[in-house]
Amino acid sequence: MRKAVSIILLAVVGYYLFNVFLNMPFGEKREGVGKYYLENTLDETGAVNTVTAIVVSYRGFDTLGEVTVLFLAATGLGAILFDKRGKKRRHQYASLIVRVTSNMLYPMIVLLGAYVFVHGHLTPGGGFQGGSIIATGVLLMFMSYRKFEANHTALSVIESLAGLTFVTVGLGGLIYGSSFLYNYLPLGQPGDLISAGVIPIIYIAVGFKVGAELSGVLDTMLKTIR
Amino acid sequence: MSWLAVLVLILVIIMIVAAIFSITRKDLIVAVIGTSVISVILSALFYLLQAPDVALTEAAIGVALSTIIFVIAIKKTDRYEE
Repeated sequence: MRKAVSIILLAVVGYYLFNVFLNMPFGEKREGVGKYYLENTLDETGAVNTVTAIVVSYRGFDTLGEVTVLFLAATGLGAILFDKRGKKRRHQYASLIVRVTSNMLYPMIVLLGAYVFVHGHLTPGGGFQGGSIIATGVLLMFMSYRKFEANHTALSVIESLAGLTFVTVGLGGLIYGSSFLYNYLPLGQPGDLISAGVIPIIYIAVGFKVGAELSGVLDTMLKTIR
Repeated sequence: MSWLAVLVLILVIIMIVAAIFSITRKDLIVAVIGTSVISVILSALFYLLQAPDVALTEAAIGVALSTIIFVIAIKKTDRYEE
């Protein structure tokens, strides 16, 4: 009986969702705020990647909120699960093939992550993507070497400095410009690595912050199992 | 139908099959692998639909990080569903 009711409810919801998505115009006409962004982003912010310009410049305050949410989640997880001594991990390594391959892949994955967040204003990607790619590389090392440990002091210092950079650069906008996160540095030549004013600085800070937070979360969680 | 529409249709069908697979398994590790297959295909779909930013996030978080968090949770509890 319960199963029949839930299947009927799911069917009704699915039918209406299907109709809504069927009638939604997809990439056909650009109007309103979307059109404004596509036409004016390059002149106003100097960023080639419109998504980055929206995330960091037009909606930069929201990004500060997202970073805060991630920070609070990592802090709460650490407060619940962090064990100073940690469970004693078994002295058992992964096989030789896994260890050699992850030794070769680890620097390349971290380099890819750094590339993604340094070039956030030019190519797809940015701070959140680059930071999570770096955390994936750290996870690879955790899985191949059971004794591989993250330095929590260094992680906290990196995280705090990155957050401080974000807020300081944002407050600079209030001093030199008209609003929080105002783009007050010279915009430069669009397409160059050093262009788009404060956008690369903020995204590099976000990349460091997200990478440090996710690595810390992984280390805290892996310490709870043997 | 263009080739893009056919490709998207095939990927969506594989996603639905993987979702049903991961719901019906009693071995929870296998079910988690099913969800990470969904994430891989979802990231390919995001790339095909011209959202490479989202595809990068989905590939890193959906495939690697959330899978390992599920695996840790399963390791601390029971592996088999009753």
